[in-house]
Amino acid sequence: MIDGFAISALYALGATGFTLIFGVSGVLNLSHGAIMVAAAVAAWAAASILNVGTYAGALIGVAVALVTAFATYFAVVKPIQDSRRIPNEEKEIFVLTGTLLWGIMIQELIAYFFTNNAKTVLPIVEGVVDILGVRTPKNEIFTAIVCCLVIALLWLLVNRTRTGKAVLAASMNPRGVTLLGLELTNIFIVVWAIYGILAGIAGVLLGMFLGVSSYSVGPLTASAFSIVVLGGLGSVSGSLIAAFVVGYLETITAYLVSPAYRTIPALLLLVVVMYIRPQGLLGRR
Amino acid sequence: MKTILSGALRMVLGAASLGALMTASGAALAAAPIRIGVIAEAQAIAGASIPQAAQLAADEINAGGGVDGRKIEIISYDNHSSSADSVRAFQRAVNEDKVNAVIASYISEVVLALEPWASRLKTPFVTPGAASNEISKSVHADYEKNKYTFHGYLTSAALALSVCDAAKELLVDKMHMKSAVIMSEDAAWTKPLDVGYEECLPKVGLKVLDHIRFSPDTTDFTPIFNKIEGSKPDVIITGISHVGVQPTVQWKNQEVPIPMFGISSQATNETFGKDTNQAAEGVLYQGVSGPGVAVTPKSVPFAENFKKKFGNYPSYAGYTAYDEVYYIADAAKRAGSTDADKLVAALEKTDWEGTIGRVQFYGKDDPFTHSIKYGRGLITGLMLQWQDGKQIAVWPKEVAKTEIKFPSFIKLTTN
Repeated sequence: MIDGFAISALYALGATGFTLIFGVSGVLNLSHGAIMVAAAVAAWAAASILNVGTYAGALIGVAVALVTAFATYFAVVKPIQDSRRIPNEEKEIFVLTGTLLWGIMIQELIAYFFTNNAKTVLPIVEGVVDILGVRTPKNEIFTAIVCCLVIALLWLLVNRTRTGKAVLAASMNPRGVTLLGLELTNIFIVVWAIYGILAGIAGVLLGMFLGVSSYSVGPLTASAFSIVVLGGLGSVSGSLIAAFVVGYLETITAYLVSPAYRTIPALLLLVVVMYIRPQGLLGRR
Repeated sequence: MKTILSGALRMVLGAASLGALMTASGAALAAAPIRIGVIAEAQAIAGASIPQAAQLAADEINAGGGVDGRKIEIISYDNHSSSADSVRAFQRAVNEDKVNAVIASYISEVVLALEPWASRLKTPFVTPGAASNEISKSVHADYEKNKYTFHGYLTSAALALSVCDAAKELLVDKMHMKSAVIMSEDAAWTKPLDVGYEECLPKVGLKVLDHIRFSPDTTDFTPIFNKIEGSKPDVIITGISHVGVQPTVQWKNQEVPIPMFGISSQATNETFGKDTNQAAEGVLYQGVSGPGVAVTPKSVPFAENFKKKFGNYPSYAGYTAYDEVYYIADAAKRAGSTDADKLVAALEKTDWEGTIGRVQFYGKDDPFTHSIKYGRGLITGLMLQWQDGKQIAVWPKEVAKTEIKFPSFIKLTTN
């Protein structure tokens, strides 16, 4: 159960950033998995090739994710949004394709420089503890705590600070925000920064917890995407609930049925929800 | 630009070869290089060593004057671990680059996809690392058609035997272990491996309590380890190749108290220690060779030269690929020709002492036609263990350097 909680919390962290971006700027960032893997691989490389230590390695991983997120925004997303040659109604498709290709580029670069072998980031806390007879790695508990803390911080940021409120407002009505005299581009930059940090933390923790390889890029994007769709596109709380539903469903399947069928029930659930409630669990549109 | 350049290059080369033809006439024909195509997973840990080792062998042969004055030329192709890319590379190698033989891939699915192409294009083809029984079984089933394929690595059946032989001496006789759980990834090569395990483990005295097959894209192994612990075995017998780093790291992080023993292909590569942040400590894996292990007098010099040139020790498929270039060259020499059928006939008579042991192929009447022979005096494989960040041989006793030792979280249930 703790295993399921840690996984769910990780999924939640990854998906929150993803849904935030969509809510505010309408961008579905398909390079999401690549950014997470880049963070984990950077943390691994810094810690085991450059020997900078675990903490510094983790920070470098998050920093790399932040840089990559900005690069995604400025090099891929913004040019498409600002382009006069692409008709407005086609921009979403262009952004989708652009970020997808960008993700593949990052994936291939990682495979080229670091091989497609799985890498694991050295855990920050080592050792195991016994919880109700289940031997649990301390790092798993650490992962769960960090995820909860970060999500709580995010909630505070969005609901209690001026910048956060602007972000929230932008996700509800972008035009309204501009009318209030706020620069939309600045809000976008803030959102991408938040996203980069979230994806970075999620990536590094995933690297410690399970390990990642360049092959993980596709499945990670897909899992974030299905969680966000399940929860309702653009709804942060919906994503949180969906992340826990998917995380626990996967873990329970792996324990009770067979590890080989792990992802199937979650995907079936997604199909069912699409039939019954196409806007997702807490979707607004 | 590229095509113009290569066009120009071809003209220059053409002129040069024409010149050579005119001056040396017949001799120039005989000196045409022997071309070997190498199709491998250049980005994967086990596959990356294949083209490197093949090139090393070719360089050595060429430095010694080649084969009857003919140089060995290696042409390599990256297949991105994909069957489709491999088939295209094979076609290109044969039809455009005019190779005389192909060495390809450590993935059984890829090799099984290439096998019909070796038959169609009548090109001798050797795999340095795939293990599925089906590869050599198809040669047996339709010899005339499929005789071009050679299985230059142990079959899954032989791998299972090798693991069981080692398990008997190391685990049953020495540590008095009695039970095991088989943990293997769901792939073509593990199906016959698991059949082999199920058959030979009870024979050597290890009762199989459970058998877990998992999807090769599994990332979280916690449920699997929990399930295994539930049945309280003395040892986990592994059959993993597509995965390796993740189960090993999670085994250590979760302090699973049961040793892992068996096949773990990624663990054969020296970089595995770093990739797992040394979580590999204590992992026991089957190999055909290892750094510093003198299986034959050729093993150690090869591994050292390889490391000098490429910075790390080769994976298991590096050893076999190196040997393959040598025995293809040897067959070409004995056949006195690179004609496909003559080369196949000569390859069948191979008796080559390589880096992994003495290489001979099973004949037409054996169920594993064209697979390398397993047994004492030929190839038995080794059991190695990661100890203090190094790969150390622990079996068979002729090459064993030290005793088995485990990290502190392993609780042996028997003594």
